[in-house]
Amino acid sequence: MSVSEQELDQFRVEVSAWLRENNPGDPGFLLPESFMEVGTDEQFEYLRDWQRKVYDAGYLGMSWPEEYGGGGKPQVFQDIVSQEMARQRVPFMTNTIGLNWAGPLILQQGTEEDKKKYIKGILNADDIWCQGFSEPDHGSDLGNAQVKAVKDGDDYIINGSKIWTSLGSYAKYMILLARTSNEGPSKYAGLSFFLAPMKTEGIDPQPIKKLTSEYGFCQTFFNDARIPANSIMGREGEGWQVAMATLMFERGNVGGQAGGLSMMDINVNDVLELARRSKRNGKPALEDPLIRDQMVQFLIEAKSNVLMGARTKIPALNTERPTAIAMSGKLRGSELKRRFCQFAMSLQGANGGRFISPEAVDGGKWQRIYFNSFSATIGGGTTQVQYNIMGERVLGLPKS
Amino acid sequence: MNSQISFTEEQSMLLDTAMDFCSKNSPINLVRSRTEEAQSLPSDLWLSIVELGWTGIAVPESHGGLGLSVADLVPVVEAMGRNLMASPLVWSAISANTLQLAGSEAQKSAWLSKIANGAIATMALIEPDGSWQLSEPLCNGTMKENTISLSGTKCFVQDAAFAEIVLVSILLENQPRLVLLERSAIPEHALQREVVIDETRRCYRLTLDGITVTPDQVLPETCFVEIEQTAMLLLSAEIAGGHASTLNLIVEYLKTRKQFDQYIGSYQALKHPTVDVLLGLEATRSHLYHAATVYDTGTPLEKETSLRMLKAVASEGFAFAGDRAIQFHGGFGFTYECDAQLFLRRAIFCQHQFGDETHQRAYLADTLIDN
Ligand SMILES: Cc1cc2nc3c(=O)[nH]c(=O)nc-3n(C[C@H](O)[C@H](O)[C@H](O)COP(=O)(O)OP(=O)(O)OC[C@H]3O[C@@H](n4cnc5c(N)ncnc54)[C@H](O)[C@@H]3O)c2cc1C
Repeated sequence: MSVSEQELDQFRVEVSAWLRENNPGDPGFLLPESFMEVGTDEQFEYLRDWQRKVYDAGYLGMSWPEEYGGGGKPQVFQDIVSQEMARQRVPFMTNTIGLNWAGPLILQQGTEEDKKKYIKGILNADDIWCQGFSEPDHGSDLGNAQVKAVKDGDDYIINGSKIWTSLGSYAKYMILLARTSNEGPSKYAGLSFFLAPMKTEGIDPQPIKKLTSEYGFCQTFFNDARIPANSIMGREGEGWQVAMATLMFERGNVGGQAGGLSMMDINVNDVLELARRSKRNGKPALEDPLIRDQMVQFLIEAKSNVLMGARTKIPALNTERPTAIAMSGKLRGSELKRRFCQFAMSLQGANGGRFISPEAVDGGKWQRIYFNSFSATIGGGTTQVQYNIMGERVLGLPKS
Repeated sequence: MNSQISFTEEQSMLLDTAMDFCSKNSPINLVRSRTEEAQSLPSDLWLSIVELGWTGIAVPESHGGLGLSVADLVPVVEAMGRNLMASPLVWSAISANTLQLAGSEAQKSAWLSKIANGAIATMALIEPDGSWQLSEPLCNGTMKENTISLSGTKCFVQDAAFAEIVLVSILLENQPRLVLLERSAIPEHALQREVVIDETRRCYRLTLDGITVTPDQVLPETCFVEIEQTAMLLLSAEIAGGHASTLNLIVEYLKTRKQFDQYIGSYQALKHPTVDVLLGLEATRSHLYHAATVYDTGTPLEKETSLRMLKAVASEGFAFAGDRAIQFHGGFGFTYECDAQLFLRRAIFCQHQFGDETHQRAYLADTLIDN
């Protein structure tokens, strides 16, 4: 289906107006910076209401099939919504794991029944999703996951624990990677993938305090928890392939996500704005040549990322390593953010050493964002692991 | 600010043709043997380039060219950079563009069609102090009864010994101006080959003392901003090509050399910086084709910003790639025989022409921060 420029422009005007009118605004309490940091009930309710409102207005899952609750429109409409959301800095979508990885996965690989059962609840935030991949002893080495799933009649019995489960306490479902066998040619072959109901006896998510001293993720304990056997996705032993497909969605290596923001937008222009009002030893910080140079380096790096995105749309300029830009997106974006937050703190003089409090510069926002920026340099596969993947899959270097 | 990249079917075909031509005609063994020759490129190969029409790309149709933009040379120059092919093409094109923008009708008629047909033209802009401020030459022109006597020294004049014209920047009555010197006006001893780090290039020192010109050899206008911009664009295209080949050189070695019974590419201390070399290349090529797009369609501010960002990103990235290429080849990397040095030498030369990354960032700070 082709859409005219005019139609798109008109749509942008419409979305933009809707967002301006419906932006829920400052709630009067500290909001989390991403879906990985939702730590209190009031934060959660506020964000869930917002997602519902966006979905009810028709601005979420716009490219998903209509029969399951999506909008059935070309992707470009959703892209426009997401761009306008970033521009107007409205809150993010709390059900990101459902919207952007479990959802597209179900649409790609699920049965008809799965699609009917899960998609609508993902979109309207009735059903929050979490991800049970990492374990205390196996994170980067995900293929070694040891949580056990044993078939027993119409159920699987789950034992063990998953950790760093974002949204664990609010979730109705978990995408769960568990071991159904220790046999087979490799550690990967014994893994299976489940769409597990969280409100099940024997499943117990326990909140963990984060480095910011807030809450946001859990350790999820499984103690003889019985989940229905038909909650398996794919067949026994195919879990690794399904998990890899999930990670492709999670890292944005492929499209198909429902859209919306998954974190608070903060970018180099915010840092520039901070720099403009910062002083170094009493003089405007931006008069210092080293600070100017550092600031420009960040502006260039951010521009590089935007331009790389633009270049991926031109196949003739991506013939040699066509996946390089898409595969490195998370790595580039998350590392840039981490470093510009360090710079933002360095602009604060002695106040760089403060934390969330009225005396801190911008209430301590930069320190908090710096800490939280590690969620993206660690979660979803650490930066170092992304470097391995780039080296091995994109450059063809031997495995480490 | 605009983040557009446009790349037409024609440009894509040109890139393919150029990649093909340059890889056939500039294999690394010939790149090496050509460093010993007088000319940077054998005459017959230059003729093939002329036949391909590349010397006419940026020359207006009214003067026998294709009437495209200098930015349309980007794919060609990138392909040359890939294969370390040195040639007078870039400076001939910048000279033609300069004549077109700042020359008199007589100068244009006399030279543009010749350049399109393969006459080599070059420019003398840089002076011994190494300054990047093109519009502040120290070389001088003194007018006396319809004769202008030149004085001072220019350097880094590429392919000057083979050029039919050299456009020289001087200070004339306290104004920066450009004069057109024909080959015949340059005495033999005025040109001296310079030792430069990139041995594929031919750079000359041009002593102006004793050379005189008539006022009609002065270009009526100047266009130092455009000269700098075209130079940044085409140098960066060359850099992008060189960077890509450096990456391939590193990857190839990491996949074949073994130590401690393992391919060295399995060691993360080598693997991860090699990914950085890749990411630098992806950034440079993205800036390159964006700047080439903006070169013809952007506002003056967009043009200025995109080109300076490009030159900064490109210079830094290629220098890093070349540097790591040496280190990752170990003892072999320290030899003249290892190709890594060819790329590092090219990288350092290009980095230091027309502003390195800190120079560019200082300018960018003025536009991005102070406006
Ligand atoms: C905020 C946050 C939210 C998260 N949410 C979820 C979630 O919802 N669900 C879920 O399943 N998981 C989640 N995670 C977990 C995340 O995916 C893991 O933390 C991550 O994969 C790293 O695993 P690990 O913590 O065991 O660290 P480790 O794997 O033990 O890594 C420790 C260090 O070693 C490095 N390292 C490890 N292996 C290699 C290697 N081969 N080469 C080089 N360096 C290596 C790592 O880069 C890291 O620096 C979350 C993490 C964070 C921080």
